[in-house]
Amino acid sequence: MSVLVNKDSKIIVQGFTGSEGTFHAGQMIEYGTNIVGGVTPGKGGQTHLDKPVFNTVQDAVNEVGADTTIIFVPPAFAADAIMEAADAGIKVIITITEGIPVADMITASNYIKHKDCRLIGPNCPGVITPGEAKVGIMPGFVFKKGNVGIVSKSGTLTYEAADQVVKQGLGITTAIGIGGDPIIGTTTKEAVELLINDPETEAVVMIGEIGGQLEADAANWYKESGSNKPVIGFIAGETAPAGRTMGHAGAIVGGSDDTAQAKKKIMSACGIHVVDSPAEIGSKVAEVLALQKV
Amino acid sequence: MNLHEYQGKEILSSFGVRIQRGIVAQNVQEAVAAAKQLTEETGTGWHVIKAQIHAGGRGKGGGVKLAKNLQEVEDIAGQIIGMNLITPQTSATGKKVHQVLVAEDVYYPGDSETSEFYVSVLLNRATGRNMIMYSTEGGMDIETVAEETPHLIFTEEIDPAVGIMPFQARRVAFNLGLSGTAFKEMTKFVTSLYTAYVKSDASLFEINPVLKTSDDKIMAVDAKVTIDDNALYRHKDYLELRDIREESAIEVEAGEKGLNYVDLDGNVGCMVNGAGLAMATMDLIKQAGGEPANFLDVGGTADAARVEAAFKIILKDPAVKAILINIFGGIVRCDRVAQGVIDAYKNMGNINVPIIVRLQGTNADIAKELIDNSGLDVLSATEFQEAADKVQQVLA
Repeated sequence: MSVLVNKDSKIIVQGFTGSEGTFHAGQMIEYGTNIVGGVTPGKGGQTHLDKPVFNTVQDAVNEVGADTTIIFVPPAFAADAIMEAADAGIKVIITITEGIPVADMITASNYIKHKDCRLIGPNCPGVITPGEAKVGIMPGFVFKKGNVGIVSKSGTLTYEAADQVVKQGLGITTAIGIGGDPIIGTTTKEAVELLINDPETEAVVMIGEIGGQLEADAANWYKESGSNKPVIGFIAGETAPAGRTMGHAGAIVGGSDDTAQAKKKIMSACGIHVVDSPAEIGSKVAEVLALQKV
Repeated sequence: MNLHEYQGKEILSSFGVRIQRGIVAQNVQEAVAAAKQLTEETGTGWHVIKAQIHAGGRGKGGGVKLAKNLQEVEDIAGQIIGMNLITPQTSATGKKVHQVLVAEDVYYPGDSETSEFYVSVLLNRATGRNMIMYSTEGGMDIETVAEETPHLIFTEEIDPAVGIMPFQARRVAFNLGLSGTAFKEMTKFVTSLYTAYVKSDASLFEINPVLKTSDDKIMAVDAKVTIDDNALYRHKDYLELRDIREESAIEVEAGEKGLNYVDLDGNVGCMVNGAGLAMATMDLIKQAGGEPANFLDVGGTADAARVEAAFKIILKDPAVKAILINIFGGIVRCDRVAQGVIDAYKNMGNINVPIIVRLQGTNADIAKELIDNSGLDVLSATEFQEAADKVQQVLA
């Protein structure tokens, strides 16, 4: 088992023929991901990377049964692309695009609330189920198959965590990059919940950063769930000054409760194994899993 | 993008929000002329001279003063323009004041007592909707109010499908204890304020204080306005409102080179790909006994030109005693980054601080070999902890 994407997912690429879409679609196909086509309005009927191009997401759903999409559409049009996918009945909408106006995301997240779909991102590296489907921009070779789930707001820090886990002789069930924007479709809590409920996942790595309440919400949910599946946590940005945006639009300390220190305190109190050093994520996972098995 | 008070007020006014009127002045002569013009237009006798810098708490630092005649306008404007204003929100060295807002006096006596409120509009990240946050405790630091009297802070969340509803505007006015003319004025004020927020693609409006005058008008006496950078493409007219004098010169330069850089006070510079990994690297520097001198995300294409630009930016800070480069190569190959570091180093001649390069991911082993055989004074590492140990070693 895995979550969100697997070898049977029928995946389309929105913004398929653009430079980003073309490059990453190529990488995903090479990985073995089941890409069934792409959407670029006005280019329907053409073939790109040996896959059919459709004018609309609805056409892709009707003709090739698409159920998952990855969006590379430029920021000014990305919220529209999300709503088009939701309207066409796509179940998993993974949005890579960075720099979408907040007002557009308020509209999009409100619109999809009543649709049967899950949005991942925006401004995220995507989702990977090693050996089955890479629906994102991550380097596939870093992620070996295994039993550790990863949830993270950040791209390269996810790769770092996966690399450390793999070097401990372990592997990944699914890694979910939830994104670093102020409004994201799937929260830390929802992503952690998906992995906790996945029978194949034996431990979850939860990587957060300064700003917002997502990690605290996830920690509180975890405590209440009573789950005995271990969660290992790290929060980046202990040394970030208040009031400054650190790269990700959402990574900004606004008050005393969204600092790295405050988040780690809540996570520890909720039974999460918190590491202070980003270099100790992998070894902590191995240590906790070894204890589980005793 | 942060705006000055006078710019924020202009935007509010353009959407029908009542504001304390004022004219911006760059020097004493302009300030006196502005005061005369304002008296003609508004009948105000006294004037408030307000320093225009991107920081709050200006009054506490002596940046907001009342002038009771034109001589005082001249004297006070002369004191404030050019001063280094230190407020609780600036650094210890303060910010240079380049201009003042000469504003009408709105605390004139009349039939009723004046009162001050707090009103802000911002995103509620938990629900993905905008909200109006307001309080009867105007003129105070809202963080203090939140700590000491949280029951005096109210919120009104707005459904994006329908916008602000009349009943919500009434609820705000009721909770603020208003009645009669002031009540009606407040419902108009919050409705137009919310409209202005949405139409200007703002990410923060903080109006503190909102004043009820002695003749029951409701107006914005101050305005902190931030516009969503990602939406500026649809507000080209706002682009000219950017005042780069208010930003760190080094951050402006980094931005022009496509680097995401934040200046910090520490002694170890860093260059990283990705925002999350960059923050984690800063944390690691601290744990290794250093203090991060900056946040710097070089982005996805860490080629020689970008690495060189990043080196130059980091080395402008004389406090930097070492530089840690931490790149996780995914799509971008580590050997390319290593070659970029070597080329940049050679182009720059002598770099007088020790450099630790940690490259992990695609072709990390080839990259380490390239660095080790380059003959340059660069320490290489592949593991995160190893990089931290080397930082500790060079700082010792």
